[in-house]
Amino acid sequence: MLEVAGLETFYGPSQALFGVDLVVGEGQMVALLGRNGMGKTTTIRSICGLTPAKRGSVTFRGREIHRLPAFRVARLGLGLVPEGRRCFPNLTVRENLIATARGEGWDLAAVTALFPRLGERAGQIARTLSGGEQQMLAIGRALMTNPRLLILDEATEGLAPVIRQEIWAAIRDVKGRGQSILLVDKNLKDLLPLAEACVILEKGRSVWHGSAAELAGDAVLQDRFLGV
Amino acid sequence: MAERMREPLVNAVLVLALLIAPLTAVALDEPFYVGLASRVAILALAGVGLNLALGSGGMVSFGHAAFFGLGGYVAGIAALHAFEGSAFLAWPLEIGGSESMIVVWVVTLAVSAVVALAIGAVSLRTAGVYFIMITLAFAQMIYYFAISLPTYGGEDGLSIYLRSSLPFVDTGDPLSFFLVCYALLLSALFLTHRLVNSRFGAALQCARMNPERLATLGIAPFPVKLTAFTLSAMITGLAGALFAELNGFVSPAMLSWQRSGEIIVFVILGGVGRLFGPVAGAALFILLESFIGGWTDRWQLVLGLVLLSVVLFARGGVIGLLAGRARHD
Repeated sequence: MLEVAGLETFYGPSQALFGVDLVVGEGQMVALLGRNGMGKTTTIRSICGLTPAKRGSVTFRGREIHRLPAFRVARLGLGLVPEGRRCFPNLTVRENLIATARGEGWDLAAVTALFPRLGERAGQIARTLSGGEQQMLAIGRALMTNPRLLILDEATEGLAPVIRQEIWAAIRDVKGRGQSILLVDKNLKDLLPLAEACVILEKGRSVWHGSAAELAGDAVLQDRFLGV
Repeated sequence: MAERMREPLVNAVLVLALLIAPLTAVALDEPFYVGLASRVAILALAGVGLNLALGSGGMVSFGHAAFFGLGGYVAGIAALHAFEGSAFLAWPLEIGGSESMIVVWVVTLAVSAVVALAIGAVSLRTAGVYFIMITLAFAQMIYYFAISLPTYGGEDGLSIYLRSSLPFVDTGDPLSFFLVCYALLLSALFLTHRLVNSRFGAALQCARMNPERLATLGIAPFPVKLTAFTLSAMITGLAGALFAELNGFVSPAMLSWQRSGEIIVFVILGGVGRLFGPVAGAALFILLESFIGGWTDRWQLVLGLVLLSVVLFARGGVIGLLAGRARHD
């Protein structure tokens, strides 16, 4: 469904990506891994058209998208949950959810069933939510655009363990309904049982591709690319 | 519960006060104050227009006098041709003046929309200080264009000898004219209220807060902002047409950058992004202008101090001061 090949991206004169390849199949969950600063978020920004790649190709459902503006990419069915719980701070929970809603499937009822707290706090201003609730809101908002591929960038970073488990449970639920997901996260323990495939980035290159099971069983590999 | 009702209460008091003031003035046989109330209603309407762009959309337009003045000139030019019996355009089709206020309004809305689409299409490619400057530049262009139009009075402006008419309403009567302005103000308030609380309004506020985030969710910010900018200009343009009819006069001063600044002042004084902010702002402005202005010519010093204290100590403006912070539900 998503194929990325030879992606090279620059921030001004400095090159951040030197060749990233990855493939996400229909209904699959793929984890994009790597230490800090290796290009995970840049890869996602390039896929979404926020920082277009200079070279390489991004094909989404058979269509070349790497020259398209961000809103077109999103309309084709890429739903991004950006890093750091980016809600629209001055809108209510409900407004955040319905402002960009599109398509059929995920609606207000379905999202509040997934995250009951969002239903309880529908009238509250997003700025005043807790960090975990803001993250739930960001995920709910992306789901309401009914994406073909959901992209989660560090969805559980910096959250309390209890909230983190709640979010993982939701991701499991969403995946169970056949949603294709591309995910960046550092919690191998939660992520490996869920993901089908993993891609590891190092210094702007994809250096390892394989199944989650392979990575789970290979402590040396984990240590080499992901250990701190 | 009491806290929740504060803003609607403040709004209701404002709207009622604006209605009761001219009625009392008529009862006391003080027609001057009816005109003053009409000024407040009209300038508030101009502010309601700008508030949609500035408050909800975060577009700090320093050129809304362009639309205000265009509305004024539509009223002035229509009245001139109707008075002279001459044609505005003789070819390819003949367009004369008009004595109908409805026609003036419709033409004003159309002209404001077309000009705002053009100005917005260019200006909205920029943001921040550049947006302020480019909207100012467009307004100045229209200002100098008006000055260089001898047919329509040039620098001296254009007198409207006869206020245009509405069916069933004697627009020449100060109170009836006030009620017309008041009704339009209420309609504009209702319209912006519905707009801001719609899905479009939510998207517009998203575009203000973070256009990139909005784009990743599949909505292009540009058309949303352009639509809001155009609607905002149409409301301000309508206020300009009423203003010219109220004064019986339109001149390039209505297009000047000082006027743009004044409209921004109404919005900031009243409370940026607050529905009734421009009403409070325009009322306070006119009160300062006429009461302190009657006492000293240096009334703008007082206005400056008030504005300074609003910006420093009452960021929510008059509405914020009276009704507390903006709240939902």
